[in-house]
Amino acid sequence: MARTTSPPDPTTAGAGGSATGRDDPGTPLARRADAAGLGRARAGGFVLPGLVLIVLFLVVPALWTIYLGVTNYRLTGLAAADPQVVGLDNYTAALGDERFRSSLWLTLQFVLGSAVIGQAGLGFAIAWSLRDRHGPVRRVVEALVLLAWILPSSVVAFLWIALLDRDAGTLNALLGTPGMAWLLDHPMLSVILFNTWRGTAFSMMLYGAALQNVPPSHLETARLAGASTWQQLRDVVFPRIRGHVLTNLLLISLWTFNDFTPFLITAGGPEQRSEILPVYVFKIALSGGELGFGAAISFLMLLINLVIALVYLRTLGQRREARR
Amino acid sequence: MAAITLRRLGKVYPGGVRALDGLDLSIADGEFFALLGPSGCGKTTLLRTIAGLEVATEGAVQIGDRDVTNLQPGRRDVAMVFQDYALFPHMTVEENIGYPLRIKKLPRSARRDKAAETAAELGLTGLLDRRPGQLSGGQQQRVALARAMACHPQVFLLDEPLSNLDARLRLEARTFLKRLQRELGVTCVFVTHDQAEALALADRIAVMEGGRIRQVGTPVEVFRRPANTFVAGFIGSTPMNLLDAEVAGDAVVVAGTRLPLPEPARAVVADGDRVVYGVRPEYLDLHTAPLDDALSGRVVVVENLGSSSLVSLDLPGGDGVAGVGLQVVVPEGREPELGSTGWVVPRAGRSLLYRDGELLGADGGGVVGSGVVGAGATGGGVVGGPA
Amino acid sequence: MTAGPRTTAGPATSADPVPTAGPGAALGWRGAVVQIGRYTFVSVVLGFFALPLLWLATAPFDRTPTITTSLPEFTLDNFRALLDNPYALRSLWNSILLSGGTAVLVVTFAALAAYALSRVRVPGRDALLYGLLLLSSIVTGTATMVPLYELAFRLNLIDSRLGVILILSGGLLPAAIFILKDFMDSTPTSYEESARVFGASPVQIVWQIVLPMVRPGLATVAVWAVANVWGNFLVPFLLLRNPEKAPAAVIMYTLYTEGGQANLALLSTFSLLYSLPVVLMFVFVSSRYGFRFHGGIKR
Repeated sequence: MARTTSPPDPTTAGAGGSATGRDDPGTPLARRADAAGLGRARAGGFVLPGLVLIVLFLVVPALWTIYLGVTNYRLTGLAAADPQVVGLDNYTAALGDERFRSSLWLTLQFVLGSAVIGQAGLGFAIAWSLRDRHGPVRRVVEALVLLAWILPSSVVAFLWIALLDRDAGTLNALLGTPGMAWLLDHPMLSVILFNTWRGTAFSMMLYGAALQNVPPSHLETARLAGASTWQQLRDVVFPRIRGHVLTNLLLISLWTFNDFTPFLITAGGPEQRSEILPVYVFKIALSGGELGFGAAISFLMLLINLVIALVYLRTLGQRREARR
Repeated sequence: MAAITLRRLGKVYPGGVRALDGLDLSIADGEFFALLGPSGCGKTTLLRTIAGLEVATEGAVQIGDRDVTNLQPGRRDVAMVFQDYALFPHMTVEENIGYPLRIKKLPRSARRDKAAETAAELGLTGLLDRRPGQLSGGQQQRVALARAMACHPQVFLLDEPLSNLDARLRLEARTFLKRLQRELGVTCVFVTHDQAEALALADRIAVMEGGRIRQVGTPVEVFRRPANTFVAGFIGSTPMNLLDAEVAGDAVVVAGTRLPLPEPARAVVADGDRVVYGVRPEYLDLHTAPLDDALSGRVVVVENLGSSSLVSLDLPGGDGVAGVGLQVVVPEGREPELGSTGWVVPRAGRSLLYRDGELLGADGGGVVGSGVVGAGATGGGVVGGPA
Repeated sequence: MTAGPRTTAGPATSADPVPTAGPGAALGWRGAVVQIGRYTFVSVVLGFFALPLLWLATAPFDRTPTITTSLPEFTLDNFRALLDNPYALRSLWNSILLSGGTAVLVVTFAALAAYALSRVRVPGRDALLYGLLLLSSIVTGTATMVPLYELAFRLNLIDSRLGVILILSGGLLPAAIFILKDFMDSTPTSYEESARVFGASPVQIVWQIVLPMVRPGLATVAVWAVANVWGNFLVPFLLLRNPEKAPAAVIMYTLYTEGGQANLALLSTFSLLYSLPVVLMFVFVSSRYGFRFHGGIKR
């Protein structure tokens, strides 16, 4: 639920031990401790309320997922009253389930298509083509891209339903293809386009900031040597922003993987042809009542999240090391 | 107003860093006292321990006749001005000055009156409604002083009070600070790494190194008779010349030249002792004509100091000993030619002998080796050492 | 030599070391192609991003709103539909309650925790902080909807706005603590020490000195929390049964998914009204503090 990034900007990433940097070289570090005379006990009291909420609504659900995933717990019926531990049955069932496998495949398409190719690619292209612009064109483009990002998801979902409507949709009117049922005939493509539109802002801004770190003199040197745009990108720009690219790809993959918004447009349909994992879990567990089975799928999602996040933290750590 | 007494004061940080090492020190009532030393010497830790921001791990701090070692900072009746002044950016000048009184739960009107009164004393009257961000560095410093004054503390503690000002303003602020302290008559301890600042402002100075006090004395004492080679090298805008020497009868041989043995050291040295001969560049006279019993060498550098010049000479080494450098301050118009030979004579009674880094014959000079700095000084008096 | 004439200007062409460089005309021709390509691309981007949004700008003011974007025949009558629907305005109020409540909770708890963690040395502090941040980024509402639903059920928080607030706060807190700790770390401790020497108690120091000084940080976190909750669909959709308690995100969804002909006058005006606060907030924040991109101020 909390979609946050730890700050992608390298200047803010040093939060960990920043107090140490400022210290006058001769003074012991410990001086900085406890300036207000808070004391350990009071400090603990300050941390406690937040910690309780975090434990209750982040840690407990995460652990509970593991437990529920090995039971046959159901929303209603016999198994609701007296759930049995069924071991890894849910997992073997999931792996054997055609619908799960197809959902996994759709999710992969969704992440690769809308995040890696769509958002990151388009975001970079916009940032690159606007990099030395400062006029109204840049402001208008940025404003529109950001608007797509900040509007509430249920509103933008309807905007796209309206845009892609079979009979009166603006897109069909523009393309001269009346009666084209985008959401029915190409549900995955529609959702991927939608999410590209929705989330490009983050990549655009991240790359915009990253491109400012590329010294103009390097680009000019390449240009003087006769490098084409592509060669400039490959030889000068990309090596300087590699860290940003990695950060960006990992974060938007994580977010896209956990995005529930496509549910608001296609609800997974038609015939489960746009049923990405979050939607699948919702339908199985909360609509279908198979809480145990849904929890098992959820746990798999958590594991995938964990892998992405660990890779992200690792690269962040490596970049910080590299700067030292 | 109160005196400050430190007894066997020690501070060891978790992790074993010893910031203060068994300090004994008495600061007299109404004294303007400097803690001087290089960064990391423990001077700021000492100030913060007096303030109560650091808790001593051993020993005691006494302010007036109260033992405050374990009191919270707010109960010690001290005021502290921080290096960055720590003026609260979200409060006006008036609110900043009145803040200590707000803590003491004085009503708003009383706070306002007191702030206006204190501000007037420091020439801040027109600035009461400004925020700290709208003030110049000098004005900020005065507001910080006004805030400290507003609660009438027994002791003022100032951490590097002048370091955040630019060079020109610093002189002005220095004079202002000294005058203010005289007028208030309040005990005032300040920390500085700048020896010139300490010499100019303080009644007495404690020179610190590695968590210990190396010498306590008046500016004249620490300048003329540094108790050890550390202080000798630290005090003075040009460091003292320290030359290897050997005692020979009633003379001391420096770079092959016989110089008179300094009087106070006469009783404690014997023929053949190896010592260090110390003399300040300001206490040397340079001659351009040959002279008996003078150190002679080639002029290699002349640096203009304004109304005087600093001349560096290379003294030739004797008996296979490498040559040594010597620095002399010469008055305006007396600069020697570069490359010429100069003859240098120390002024009577201004040269010192050191052995193992400590001053020999440290009689009335204020002192001290490692441990105890004698107490009992009042009004900028002299400190007796254990030697 | 590939970039357009406007960006390379004089030096690049005149100092061009490549002997085979064509005459100025050829250079200009290539540059023009690049430039045209760039303008075309920017135009396509503009179109792509503007197209879906146009409807939101026109339909609310159209006398006969349709799904198709068209030049409106201006009217404000459509806004009357908001008053006619029993849930529309109420849901906006619910959104305010949820986002306001969450923001208050998150800012308060995060500020306290961040201050303590910034100022008091606790062993393992950084590891704890990173661990929590990691946790909050992987334990998303989508991945844990099953246990969250269960938990809410057991704690009797189904159909409770407080439940939604608590669950959302739990998810936002780690990042909020992280952001605020950054702000606190960059505030010199001499302010607090100064107040301490004057005798201020820890509570006075926090209240009178620290909080006012990190106000920009508190505002950032508050805005970020509000933006997060304002657009959140899943958690209230899962936990709130009674449509009278549902926030705008959920009501918006039901307005266009419920059977029958969608009321476009209502849908368009409601969309606009529901979107406006986040847009205004965003404009305010970026003009006031500059958009510091402190971890996607959104979603």
